[in-house]
Parts: sequence; structure tokens; C-alpha cells
Amino acid sequence: MHIPDGYLSPLTCAAAYAVAAPFWFVALRKVKDQMQTRLVPTVALVSAFSFVIMMFNLPLPGGTTGHAVGLAVAPILLGPWAATLAISIALFIQALFFGDGGITTFGANCVNMAIVGPWVAYWLYRLISGETPLTSPRRIVAAATAGYVAINVAALLAAVQFGIQPIFFHDAAGAPLYAPYALAIAIPAMMIGHLSLAGLAEAVISGGVVAYVQKTDPRLLSRSAPGLAASGGGEAAAPPAGWRPTRALWAGLAALLIASPLGLLAAGMAWGEWGVDDFKDTAVRESIAQASGNVLPPATVPQGMERLSAFWTAPLPDYAPAFMHNEYFGYILSAMVGAGLVVVAVLLLATLLGGGRMPRATANP
Amino acid sequence: MGEQSYRPSGHRHGRGDFLERLLRGLLDAMDHAADAERLAARPGMLQRLDPRIKTLGLLLLVVTAVFVKSLVALAGLFAFATALALASRITLRRLATQVWTGVLLFTGVLAVPAIVLVPGDVLVAVPFVGWGITRQGLRGAAFLIGRAETAATFALLSILTTPWPQVLKALRSLGVPLVLVAILGMTHRYIFVLLETGVQLFEAKRSRIMGPLPGPERRRMAMASVVVLLEKSLHLATEVHLAMIARGYRGEVYLLDDFRTRVWDWLALAGFLAVAAIAIGWQWLALSGAPR
Repeated sequence: MHIPDGYLSPLTCAAAYAVAAPFWFVALRKVKDQMQTRLVPTVALVSAFSFVIMMFNLPLPGGTTGHAVGLAVAPILLGPWAATLAISIALFIQALFFGDGGITTFGANCVNMAIVGPWVAYWLYRLISGETPLTSPRRIVAAATAGYVAINVAALLAAVQFGIQPIFFHDAAGAPLYAPYALAIAIPAMMIGHLSLAGLAEAVISGGVVAYVQKTDPRLLSRSAPGLAASGGGEAAAPPAGWRPTRALWAGLAALLIASPLGLLAAGMAWGEWGVDDFKDTAVRESIAQASGNVLPPATVPQGMERLSAFWTAPLPDYAPAFMHNEYFGYILSAMVGAGLVVVAVLLLATLLGGGRMPRATANP
Repeated sequence: MGEQSYRPSGHRHGRGDFLERLLRGLLDAMDHAADAERLAARPGMLQRLDPRIKTLGLLLLVVTAVFVKSLVALAGLFAFATALALASRITLRRLATQVWTGVLLFTGVLAVPAIVLVPGDVLVAVPFVGWGITRQGLRGAAFLIGRAETAATFALLSILTTPWPQVLKALRSLGVPLVLVAILGMTHRYIFVLLETGVQLFEAKRSRIMGPLPGPERRRMAMASVVVLLEKSLHLATEVHLAMIARGYRGEVYLLDDFRTRVWDWLALAGFLAVAAIAIGWQWLALSGAPR
């Protein structure tokens, strides 16, 4: 799972750093706000803990052993932002000091294991455990499932990162410059191991740790159960509320919305986003071949594509609704409608998960 | 097979059960840290350099190893990394055991199937099975192994010739936020405290076990160890925080920065830049007749 140097192109590495950077920034600010002077010792100790549990070789059913990453343990016990920060720091020391994972690929490793994995685990754990008491057996199942799914999502992401390398990065003769296997090989190769041994290890450690914590100190589970009243010996922490904690993200979203007309400046079409008509148009076929390293597209429209094209028609085709005669205005309107729909979907999800009933945060003494 | 790492598996007391393997892993990590400190204190070419220049230069060479598009340039970078190691009194034996073998076992196993799986010009067919070894597959595998070996060698050189506190100060000089540098320093320190605690936990348990434990019991023990370590970590964090407050800490972090660059450091940086520029520019030189 730790991608070494040399497997990913510099462009992929740079993109991964760009994706990870805002998460590191927000995580640092949020954890700093929560912990004040406790920030340095607490994050340091928790990072050290994350590092040490990544070294655990776990005995699995069937007599074998597997390495756990702790993708679900960290967010369940510490909350997702602290987990992102702690796992990133653990991965940094692993890469720089111990050679587990590369330096150029540190951003990609963080995206997979410190951001996507823990966040998937956190939300899945909350979704499955719902409002059950901290000592409920359902939380053990939720943690095991979250661990299993999170490590597989992270592995899938790593497989995709490997698999896109030979498509985009090869020399003139077609020799791959980085990870050499296409998606059709990279995905099964990564997923077989993670759907079985590594996934099992993650499920065992996540479920096992939650079961153990339920018996010894259920309060440790309260960070991943915001809004939950004290139950089974657990005391729920008041969650942050209002728009302040996510102010930076909202500002970022607004900036992206304002910047959406920049998309109109892009020439041509996005690679891979071809429609049935594009395959029939000679000029578009030429541009597809040009953008694909002079590999000609199939002579006829692929059967599956033709069959499925009739199955779904986008409500806003080419980002401009049919009734809108001005293409530019339609494009901007589409960006706003799209972003609005995403926000509404997230708010609905938060309400379903009980976020809408969360009490407002009170200042900690 | 585990993932590649600088940790040599030096503790081979029995292939062992889960407890022994775990202990071996923890002890290997501690040995690696002790080795790094010892080597960083030796006189040598890289040890003499200003940590900021050295960290910047070696990071630049790691990025260069990922960037180059010529196998000859990659081989040249690898030779340069080896020469730097020898000039810094790091033996080939250490490089072989700590980096080269590990990377070859991990990346080599991953890369070998590429020589037949990557489509291209068939050079020779594998007897009996008839698979074709392609030129593109061979080049792809060579790129993957070459990049991984070269980048890992430069990265190891950085850590074996620079004490960790100086690496952190160098990171600070390179623009990493002060609070992160402080966290990294403390994390590194407490990793070893927790590793030691882990070793003690497992040794105490092992000394009380007469025979092999059944599977569920071993899993229970691993879970218990994780939670005990977490509780100890949180407890320790509270104690360290109180100790820091008692000594006047109010959330501001200050680092003593007493680095002085000399002419030799700037010459070394110019050398690193020149090597990186030649390696990256080699493909254009190759177009004018040089080997690729």
C-alpha cells in the first residue's frame, strides 16, 4: 500500500500533493483550534501511536498474519481530522526515516491512507453504528466493516494511480516510464490481496479494538459519535457547530464557482469523454487519435457504448440545458446547479446521519 | 513478503510465531535509528555538508531520479549515489542489505512480469510457454527498478548522514511550518518510547507463555496491546503537555538555528544541481547521438 518512489510520474505526484494540501491545512487548523497548547504533544503522541500500530503483524483466522494500517482505528478513536494529521505525520516519518513509501509519492500515499481511507472509514462507521450506545455490538460490526471497506477503497485508489501511468507516461516506443501495468492488471493485482488478507487484517484490528475499548474505556469512542448522549459509560463530546469550522471550505467552494467560467477557455474536449456522435465525426476522430498518441479510435462505435448511450440522457448535456440559447450562460448556470445539488445531497446525508439534530457546541473551559 | 523498507531483518532469532516476528520488527526499527545516529556522527563527505544544502540537494536528486526519461541517465544517477555513499563512509554492504536487496525483492518481483505483459516488439520467446519478452517490457521493468533503487539510495543517504534533529531544522529552513517541525521532532522521539513499551509488553507476555497460543487468543492479545498503547499514548501526551506548560510553554515553538554555510556547501549544491540538470537533459543529448 505504501507506494515507493519511481512508481508514479512527477505529474501524478504533484497532483496528489495538490489534493492533499488543503486537507493538511484544514486538519492542522481544526486540530489546533481544538487542542490549543496540547496540539504538539497530543498530535505527536498520536502520530507515534499510528506509526507503531502500522508495524503490528496481526494473526488472522486461518493461521496466517497480515499488516494492519489502522485506517479505521485512528478516525474512530481520534476523529477524522486528527486522524488525517496523525497518519500523515506517521507516513512522513515512515517515508523519510524508514523508507516505507517514497518521498515523491508521499502526497499520493497520504491521499490514499491519511485522507480517503480514514474519511471513508469514519463516515461508514457513523452510518452503520447510527445512534446506538457506545457499547453496542453494532459498533464492532460497524468498525470492522469500515476498516475492511476503507482499506479496499484506499487500495483501489492506489491501483488506479498505478494503472493510469502506462496510459499517459511512456516513451516514443511505448515502453512505460513508471508503473508498467494497465488498469486491467493493476486493479485485480492490488485488490485480490486487499479484499482477502489485508482487508481481513484491517477488519479484525478495527472491530477488535472497538470491542476492547467498549470493555475498558468506552469514552474513547465518543469522538466518532458526536451528538450521542452518554451511554454505556461513554460521554459524548459536543461537536463543533455553525459555519465557522467549515468556513474555509465554503470559501473555497465559492471561489471555484466564481472560477467556473474558466472552463469556457478550454479548447477541445476532455480526453475519454467522447460520445457516440464523436466516433462518427471524422474531424473529432482525428482529434481523438491526436490526443491518444496517434492511436486510432475503433472504426465503429463500440457496441456497449452505443447500447448504453440510449439508456441515460444527461439533463444538462454538454453543461448547457437545451432551452438555454446562450452557451456561456448555460455553462455557468450548470456549474451553479451542479454545486447546489452536491451541497443539498451532503446536507440531506448529514440530516439522515443525525447531523441536523446536533446540539450547538459550547465553549470548552 | 513485506513492503520495501530500510530496516534490515537483523533479528532472526527463529522464524517464529506472531510474537517473535512482532518483536523482531520493533527491534529492527530501533536498530535502524541507532545505526543512523552512529553513521551521521562519522566523518564523511555528506556528513560535512550543511544539513539544509544536503537535504535540498538529495531531495532534488530523488525527484530527478523520478523525472529522467533515459536509462543511461538513471544508471549515471545510481552510480553517483553509490559514489556519494562511499565518499561518506557508507559501505556497499550496508547499501546492499539495507536498500538494494529490499527494493529488488519488492519492486523486482512486481516488475518482472512486465517484460512479457507489456505489449511491444518481441525480442525472444520464453521456452515452453511461448510468451514473448518485449523490448518495451524490458525497458519498463528497468525504469521501475532503476528509479526505485536510485531514489531509495539517495533517500537513505540523507537519513544516514544527518542526525534527525538537523533534518528537522533543514525542513524548517525549506519552509515546513514550525509547528509541524516541532510535532515531527516529538513524534520521532515518542515512536521509540512507544516501540520500547511495545517490546516490553510483548516480552512480558511471552515470558509467561509456555506453548503456542490459539488464534483467537493471539488476536485478543494484539487488540489489547493496541488499546493499551493508545491509552499509554494519551496519558503520556497529557503528562508531556503538563511538563511543557510547567516549563513556560504557551503554544509558541522556537528552534535554535545555528547553521553556517561555507563555500564548500555552495559548491556541493552546484554539483547536485549540475548532476540533476545533466540527468534530466540527457534525453536531448541522446537525440544528438548519445546512448539512451
